[in-house]
Amino acid sequence: MKDFFQLKKNLSKDVSGLKRLKMAVMGDTSTQFLVQALRGLAYENKLDLQIWEAEYDLIDQEILNRDSGLYSSGASYVLIFQSSQQMLNHFYSESPQDRSTWANRMMSHLQMLHRQITQGMNARVICFNYAEIDDAVFGNFANRFSASFLYQIRLLNVELMKYAGQHADFLVCDLSSLQNRLGREKMFQASLYVNAGMILSVDVLPHVAGRVLDLILALEGRFRKCLILDLDNTLWGGIAGDDGPEHLQIGHLGIGKAFSDFQHWIKALKNRGILLAVCSKNEEKTAREVFERHPDMVLRQEDFAVFIANWENKADNIRRIQQILNIGFDSMVFVDDQAFERNLVRAHLPEVCVPEMPEDPAEYTEFLRGLNLFETASWAEEDADRTRQYQDEVRRVSFRGGFPSHEDYLASLEMKGICESFTDFNTPRLAQLSQRSNQFNLRSVRYTEADIRRLAGDPDYIGLAFSLGDQFGSHGLISMVVMKKEDDRTLFVENWLMSCRVLKRGVEDWVLNAMVQKALDKGYQNIMGEYIPGPRNAMVEKHYEQMGFTRCDSGKWMLDLHHYQSRKTFIII
Amino acid sequence: MEREAIRSKLTEIFRDVFEKAELEIGEATTAADIPAWDSLAHIHLIVAVERGFGIRFSSREMQSWDHVGEMMDCIAEKLSQKA
Repeated sequence: MKDFFQLKKNLSKDVSGLKRLKMAVMGDTSTQFLVQALRGLAYENKLDLQIWEAEYDLIDQEILNRDSGLYSSGASYVLIFQSSQQMLNHFYSESPQDRSTWANRMMSHLQMLHRQITQGMNARVICFNYAEIDDAVFGNFANRFSASFLYQIRLLNVELMKYAGQHADFLVCDLSSLQNRLGREKMFQASLYVNAGMILSVDVLPHVAGRVLDLILALEGRFRKCLILDLDNTLWGGIAGDDGPEHLQIGHLGIGKAFSDFQHWIKALKNRGILLAVCSKNEEKTAREVFERHPDMVLRQEDFAVFIANWENKADNIRRIQQILNIGFDSMVFVDDQAFERNLVRAHLPEVCVPEMPEDPAEYTEFLRGLNLFETASWAEEDADRTRQYQDEVRRVSFRGGFPSHEDYLASLEMKGICESFTDFNTPRLAQLSQRSNQFNLRSVRYTEADIRRLAGDPDYIGLAFSLGDQFGSHGLISMVVMKKEDDRTLFVENWLMSCRVLKRGVEDWVLNAMVQKALDKGYQNIMGEYIPGPRNAMVEKHYEQMGFTRCDSGKWMLDLHHYQSRKTFIII
Repeated sequence: MEREAIRSKLTEIFRDVFEKAELEIGEATTAADIPAWDSLAHIHLIVAVERGFGIRFSSREMQSWDHVGEMMDCIAEKLSQKA
């Protein structure tokens, strides 16, 4: 990780061509260094992060005054940093009989600030939680005494989590767990606090900025979906081909505990929805045998969406995994104990995240946890099922080989589709689809749950949600369209996006038929579309042309509904 | 570390912090001589010096220097304690 001084050097670099994001930062202590670290680290992530910084310790004033710079900043993220140091001062100023209700009152105040922000601007609020301070006034007794600071600050952290769980546009950035990992000694430098009001030591700034950016990047659709694993000396101790499965170290043999713990963690990731893939230099039979025969293996073959064991180079094998799963290289993490393999993958596939692993397998799990590689902006029940969906896809791929034409294949899939408007039930999944879809995404407009609820209730908007299933299983929600009234005659497609898992099935034909029907029902004559080029959506550059739209002088695309011929589709409603 | 060696290393740190490759400092240099030397840059400088020399200043020391010479006294003293 680059240190603060290296990140600061990025501030003078050329940001033209980078994606621009606006953010507001407000703190009750000095935040200038944090702002520099955030901007420097954003540059490392190909973002031009423009930050409006509130005056020192004016959080309430800026938020409560609608004419303040906050509301004209145009920020889509507002970061609130209230430090536990200042909270402690506030707590001490309370009379003793009021202290046991302090956390709840602080939380009510924060909720009020959050409401003010959401009423005054279209922004998400990111709030740091509180790095614990044990003021040692009560010793261990603090744990059973509700009027102690430790009791109240922990309570406040819990209240923050509860509130964030109920408000999709209020996010908690976990400073407290960062302090748990790095230690308070490293987090806080008293001499700088006293001299400059700085709460965070310079050493820790890149870590803190990293946690904030993890959150933002995930919300912007940049997060990791797949973990690719080596086998020998990564998932177990020893070499399957040389030692034989019974001598591999997992479970109670040798340092097997290190690998068992690692596998348990990976299994938890898989159950969350991270796709697992094997990429190992082995005979396939030897590698699979370990999964089949070793009683202490936590991970099973069915936990993996793709299983590649051969003697080819790993960069080529990862390219194959990419083709099968159809996800970006930048959403993949590759874990291998061999420096040679790591460097090879880094050299050939620089977008793949390749952590430098510790020498000692005992440290694998703690080390990787510390990197926070699998940030997510949402979670839905369906995610846990994702591995199965991709396994279905692998079976579809081999099934397809048996048909003379693509149309025969599509017909044989027996696809069934459901088209519905936006509802409470599909809202979380729609928000997630909008964050995850990068390639088939015409205008890269992203929608939060709050956005979706808002436009579901707006008569000028038409929102359509599409789900698909076939004889191999359900894909769930795979496409969404948001159309907005342009004028009495014309509907404008604010965004049209689709999961890449269902490319080449004619889903877009079915979707357009549904869009046209809906527009005609509402009395519109035209549908207007637009393609806005983004970093990864070149795939749909010619989409409207292919769908029979006519190009206007403005560069937008127009479809005349009264001459529309329903498009052929193999999807049955 | 010799006084001249400290000055030379300190010069490098100043150049890095103020992003001026030709910056020269002497014993008598003060914040007034370097336009970019505001309170924020001062903290940046302190952390960079702490890091560069592997020392930690106390909060009193951070406020005590009137010119670079006094900062160098402080560095020299810390280094001799370390040795």
